[in-house]
Amino acid sequence: MITTAPLSATAPPATAHRFSGQGLVCIRGERIVFAQLDFALAPGEALLLLGPNGSGKSSLLRLMAGLLRPAAGALAWNDGPVRADPEGHHARVRYVGHTDTIKPVLTARENLAFWAKVCAADGETRADLDARVDAALGRLDLTRLADVPGRMLSAGQKRRLNLARLLAAPAPLWLMDEPTTALDKGSVATLEGIMAEHRAGGGMIALSTHLDVNLPAARVLNLDDFAVDPVTAYGLHDEPHPEDLSA
Amino acid sequence: MISAVLAVLRRDLRLALRQGADSLMVVAFFVITVSLFPFGVGPEQAVLERISAGVVWVTALLASMLSLDRLFQTDYEDGSLDLLTLTPTPTMAIVLGKVAAHWLTTGLPLIVASPLLAVLLAMRPEGYGVLVAAMALGTPSLSLVGSVGAALVLGARRGGVLLSLLVLPLYIPVLVFGVSAVDGAVMGLDYAPQLMIMGALLLAGLVLCPWAASAALKQAVE
Repeated sequence: MITTAPLSATAPPATAHRFSGQGLVCIRGERIVFAQLDFALAPGEALLLLGPNGSGKSSLLRLMAGLLRPAAGALAWNDGPVRADPEGHHARVRYVGHTDTIKPVLTARENLAFWAKVCAADGETRADLDARVDAALGRLDLTRLADVPGRMLSAGQKRRLNLARLLAAPAPLWLMDEPTTALDKGSVATLEGIMAEHRAGGGMIALSTHLDVNLPAARVLNLDDFAVDPVTAYGLHDEPHPEDLSA
Repeated sequence: MISAVLAVLRRDLRLALRQGADSLMVVAFFVITVSLFPFGVGPEQAVLERISAGVVWVTALLASMLSLDRLFQTDYEDGSLDLLTLTPTPTMAIVLGKVAAHWLTTGLPLIVASPLLAVLLAMRPEGYGVLVAAMALGTPSLSLVGSVGAALVLGARRGGVLLSLLVLPLYIPVLVFGVSAVDGAVMGLDYAPQLMIMGALLLAGLVLCPWAASAALKQAVE
């Protein structure tokens, strides 16, 4: 049996943004990672993705970002399909992956300013961007390191610089894949504060983690519930065809 | 959108300047390989003069190809490519910015070096100007076509070899018209049609290559 547990306990207000996915199926290397997965996020909400290694937490986040295409199912923003306007979706998503995307020969500020610039909306002035970059560096305690080249930063400092991108280039939806990796306790607390502010301002977060991250009142999505065992689910000994799953 | 493309261009130029060895190596390869030919075929002026245009062009193709693997590879490895395809700017425009940076750091130095190498190969002076013009029209096409190959081989084992197999056949039109324009000028014939065809190739490349490369990049980040 495929488990289809509806997650939305309370319906979000009709006027607010809403990010949802229905009947998502992810296939990686001919293996079904998860199937018939539904989720919904309203402003201020957070979705905590749990599950063992290989259960598809990263795949789901990449799928939400639009880096991966679902084998079946669809993502919707305010009930409009995300696929219809990928660039519009990219403007409202910030993705933090496993890699820190920091160029060793650029300084911390140059690295951050570049991402702020390419993600900026049209019509933002240079002064706006510079102010946001400085504020983001300050918030993550990187001001001192602003002119240090990327190759001299420690793993935790690189991670903080990567997270500063979320503040330097604001967007309503944050997709974070194990964001606390390499962070010390103080930095995790800072990150929790930043996430709380983001949610208070109507932002949404989807986050995967192995460690304890304090996300008050987050919805929990256990990826194990959506795993498919072809033998028990279909009585098949071969992998089922993806179309069988979407039916 | 334009500001994002300029930001990509500026970042890639800055990266190339701070890791200056890459650009320098391309030009050094070009100069050394061309200067091997007089040793190989002998110093006889008539022979060198006959092959000069072909040698300069073939070596320029190889030199331009040498630097292609770094066009997307480092961004792919450090995750920047994921984020670049996730910007509100269409990926095609990002590709165009990266190709422009690649051309400025490799194509432009090749253009500057080519007349000097033409002198070394005893090319007749009538050919110099046309050689530079043909290179100016041809090298951007090389960077554009190369970007498609570089995007396609991302994640492949032995990508460098595969890249040359993919890209070199597609360089042939640029090579044919580039050489024949210079030969035409040296022999006192009309060379405008060849240059116009090279211009047409460049325009077609400007439209088609960013599109193909962005499709390949989206495949690579999946």
